[in-house]
Amino acid sequence: MNILVCIKQVPGSSNVEVDPVTGVLKRDGVKSKLNPYDLYGLETAIELCERFGGEVETITMGPPQAKSIIVESICMGAKRGTVLSDRKFAGADVLATAYTISQGIKKTGEFDLIICGKQTTDGDTAQVGAEVAEYLGIPNVSNVLSVDDVKDGKVFVTASLDEKIVKMEIALPCLISVDGDINSPRLPSYKVKQTVTDDMVKFISFADFEDRNEKHYGLSGSATQVERIFPPEKNSEKSSIEGDAEAQAEGLFALIKNRKVI
Amino acid sequence: MGNLKINHNMINAEKAAELTKLCPFGAISYENGKLDISSACKMCKMCVKKGGGAIDYVEEEEVSVDKSLWRGVCVYVDHYGDKIHRVTYELIGKARELASVTGHPVYALVIGSDLGDGINKLLHYGVDKVFVYDSAELSDFRIEPYTAAFHDFIEKVKPSSILVGATNLGRQLAPRIAARCRAGLTADCTVLEMKENTDLVQIRPAFGGNIMAQIISTNTRPQFCTVRYKVFTEPKPNAEASGEIVKMEISDDKLTSAIKVLSGVDKPKDIDISESDVIVAVGRGAQSETMRAMAAELAELLGGVVACSRPLVEGNIYDAKHQIGLSGRTVKPKFIITLGISGAVQFAAGMKSSDCIVAVNTDKNAPIFDVAHYAIVGDVNEIVPKLIEKIKEAQADVQ
Repeated sequence: MNILVCIKQVPGSSNVEVDPVTGVLKRDGVKSKLNPYDLYGLETAIELCERFGGEVETITMGPPQAKSIIVESICMGAKRGTVLSDRKFAGADVLATAYTISQGIKKTGEFDLIICGKQTTDGDTAQVGAEVAEYLGIPNVSNVLSVDDVKDGKVFVTASLDEKIVKMEIALPCLISVDGDINSPRLPSYKVKQTVTDDMVKFISFADFEDRNEKHYGLSGSATQVERIFPPEKNSEKSSIEGDAEAQAEGLFALIKNRKVI
Repeated sequence: MGNLKINHNMINAEKAAELTKLCPFGAISYENGKLDISSACKMCKMCVKKGGGAIDYVEEEEVSVDKSLWRGVCVYVDHYGDKIHRVTYELIGKARELASVTGHPVYALVIGSDLGDGINKLLHYGVDKVFVYDSAELSDFRIEPYTAAFHDFIEKVKPSSILVGATNLGRQLAPRIAARCRAGLTADCTVLEMKENTDLVQIRPAFGGNIMAQIISTNTRPQFCTVRYKVFTEPKPNAEASGEIVKMEISDDKLTSAIKVLSGVDKPKDIDISESDVIVAVGRGAQSETMRAMAAELAELLGGVVACSRPLVEGNIYDAKHQIGLSGRTVKPKFIITLGISGAVQFAAGMKSSDCIVAVNTDKNAPIFDVAHYAIVGDVNEIVPKLIEKIKEAQADVQ
């Protein structure tokens, strides 16, 4: 069984601050890392291959530096990976990102199962997986808690819906998004790292794609535009309860009574 | 839509260094005397604004959509059988506000099977039309038939905006249908506004909630967004039913699926912090065992639940279902008291629309005081036991 895992490089810390005067993001010294949610997807894929045979590949879209997370995924157990990188992909929203990844997947090979993490820690939308599945014309299931079996061209999963835990069979090929905390992702192997060679990481750019209409990628291919960014508003109506601990407790107690909490 | 154009004649090593530093995403590089913008570019256009003309933004000609053909603000009705998820009512309330700007009708879309009496309840919330797809093929949520029915609705009715609850189901369905329509989708909006030209203004926290992004889709329809439960306020139902139920037909051969649902069991009833009217939230400054016990006691006295900030989940002190914030639950209680929580934006984004926020923290500069209505700069270890004592005394007096 050939499994593809979609991964992303994200800022190492979510504490990105915005200068309230200039509106510029302060990103000094913020390092990048592999999106933590993707680790569960990778672990799921590697475990499936250990049980049922086959190979794991990874794919990402990003700047050339994103190569490092492909290498990390290889150190965890993937056989190879692809970086989709081109200036023309820049400024992509969910729609254009998903389209780019789907084009990249078509170029990369045939897969029985595509696995995504629940969401990224920077974009936080949890939408790209389902859109990729739509572009590839394959079924998708999100919030997968476990992959229970693979047989007769089907994958059997347990997934979490809002009120129910559901067991399903899905005909392959399909795409699943796994929840966080569903397994214990293995650590990357330092030993494997010594053996990673350049040919294990493939770069694909716009020129390699089947669809070379620039209007389908990056900002041009995006349906949404960011009109402006601004710091979160502060609450204007506020008061403070002063005094020593006794006075503060008394003030708080009066407030609780006033608000009819008790 | 457009592209960045580098005016290479203006670039020298000094200018390049300035531009490289200017880019918040590290997308500008200067190698071998050539300035380049990598795919890390997020099109924030900071380099255009502050680059002194070295980089220009070039507009592209575009085919424009005829917005007058798309009418109506539609809410996807999230439901299990005849039980409607309350986020639906919250969204209908918001849809009515949005539609009043443009004079558009408000629609509700129901996809399912054996829907029973639930649909009639929708008629008490001021929708103009409820469109219903009812088929045995739609009894379980499966992505392909639900998307097919949704798409059928969009082609026939052409709504301008579509609001979907950010439930597990909505988060799968919305992107799938948005991609099929080649339309824009904004996740987890916290503010929605309508422009007179029917563009839906969608505001959401970005970059872990450290900034807010205002997003629009100027050239595609419909405009999709998802909104979490408890972000908007549920309207009161009208005594009189109004609006019309429209039965929609779709042939079963469009409702095929490669997914088979084998079994479903109800989730064990967990504490849902977003359901509680009163929350006592505990952070790093109140993580001692004594303090946690006191927080639990206080929550019980106030008839509420205990919640926490992310570090306490990461430290395995509380289960993830207690967590407030972007990576946890969004809550909107009538009263929330935060104990020893500094209030990173990712936490604040998950609770700042609460009716009354009281924050207790020793650090007077803690960002939690930016969102709190009542600030108490002090030590939780001293204040909380005194407060508990006072509440107990008052209750003893009543008895």
